[in-house]
Amino acid sequence: MVKKEMSWNVEVDPGACIGSGMCAALMPELFSLDGAVARPLTERVDADETVLDAADSCPAMAITVTADGAVVGPRP
Amino acid sequence: MTTTHSEPLAYPFNEEEGLALNEAYARAREAEGMIRVKLPYGEPAWLATRYADARFVLGDRRFSRAAAVEKDYPRSSPGTRDNGILSMDPPDHTRLRTLVAKAFTMRRVETLRPRVRELAAELIAGMKAAGEPADLVEDYALPIPVAVICELLGVPTVDRPKFRVWSDAALSTSSLTAEESEANREELREYMAGLIEQHRAEPADDLMTALIEARDVRDRLTELELIDLCVAILVAGHETTASQIPNFVYALKEEPARWEKLVAEPELVPAAVEELMRFVPLGAGASFPRYATEDVEVGGVLVRAGEPVLVAGGAANRDALVFDDADKLVFDRADNHHLGFGHGVHHCLGAPLARLELQEALSALVREMPGLRLTGDIVWKTEMLVRGPRSMPIGW
Repeated sequence: MVKKEMSWNVEVDPGACIGSGMCAALMPELFSLDGAVARPLTERVDADETVLDAADSCPAMAITVTADGAVVGPRP
Repeated sequence: MTTTHSEPLAYPFNEEEGLALNEAYARAREAEGMIRVKLPYGEPAWLATRYADARFVLGDRRFSRAAAVEKDYPRSSPGTRDNGILSMDPPDHTRLRTLVAKAFTMRRVETLRPRVRELAAELIAGMKAAGEPADLVEDYALPIPVAVICELLGVPTVDRPKFRVWSDAALSTSSLTAEESEANREELREYMAGLIEQHRAEPADDLMTALIEARDVRDRLTELELIDLCVAILVAGHETTASQIPNFVYALKEEPARWEKLVAEPELVPAAVEELMRFVPLGAGASFPRYATEDVEVGGVLVRAGEPVLVAGGAANRDALVFDDADKLVFDRADNHHLGFGHGVHHCLGAPLARLELQEALSALVREMPGLRLTGDIVWKTEMLVRGPRSMPIGW
């Protein structure tokens, strides 16, 4: 059996997002702020500490990162 | 696209007294490309005044704050300074920011609302008990954010007169020589280092203790970074809000109908706070230049690698391409995505707390002092990064 690469799901709650630009400035390869609120450019991402940093830094706590349904970010 | 450098205009544009946005900004916004400006010290810079350009520069990683440290960057005072977290780029910036971000999220900050409401009520009762006139700054606008940030961080509120002097100097633009501002910064650092030692000996349930743990247990930051981060939180955590409370009252009172509308409909206060954040240009001028790390086109100008751009958020917030009736206060503005708290990785860390304090402070005033009026002349702060009354005598 091939070992499964660890990957996460990333969501931005458009109702909570205040468009601070924090995530898009931190990870332009993952988040885009082309409208009023940010959106992830892809739902699945490779596990990467910077994704958690983005979730931690969001002033609106609008970013949720999950691994197989379990929340890994923002960190408590 | 233009790459020629015209003769720079003397900057900053805004008068220090009052909250007017100088008309030079409207001309700059409407001009082709970007204009060049020259501050009293440092090299000339491009000035971004349109909303799209401002947001682009603040949100694009090709513009660096850290690069300014090595440069003769545009500034108002002779001395250069390292502005701590505000002089950092990711990933260093992220490392520090994530340590404190949790303390200022909307959810966490919301738990402080009852305390802020209580403070506002106590201070209003105190002003009423002492009788007219009161000083809206000293008796109300300063004590609220000072008490909140002191309690949150773990700084004794009674030290306010002490750190007020250092804090003023930290935000001073020109009255101090390079040596004086350096000496001042060292005093403030020494004071904070002393508090950190006290917290090491006696941990408490506050942000300073949490940051000490991040250093001592998890090695996430250096001792100097710890000190400067606490200093930054203390200074940034009160000076701006303390300025905006009287600024907002002033802006509302300039056209009494604005104030009366909030008195009649206090439920409009949260929307009014957003609109006032957009409308009131807090700074005398743009500061904290961003340096291009490669050639980047901004607003029809090719900014060359190594050139600085200043972002005039106050001007961008009045861009008619984005805001209808941009020069008017409109409380029911839909989608008010102003740049009053900045944008990008340096978006105000304390924005949720500032919002809450401004909402509660304004709400208490329109409810408890509906007849609030000026009883004398406002003394404006001068030579400061942020504008606002130093004293504002009021009756009610």
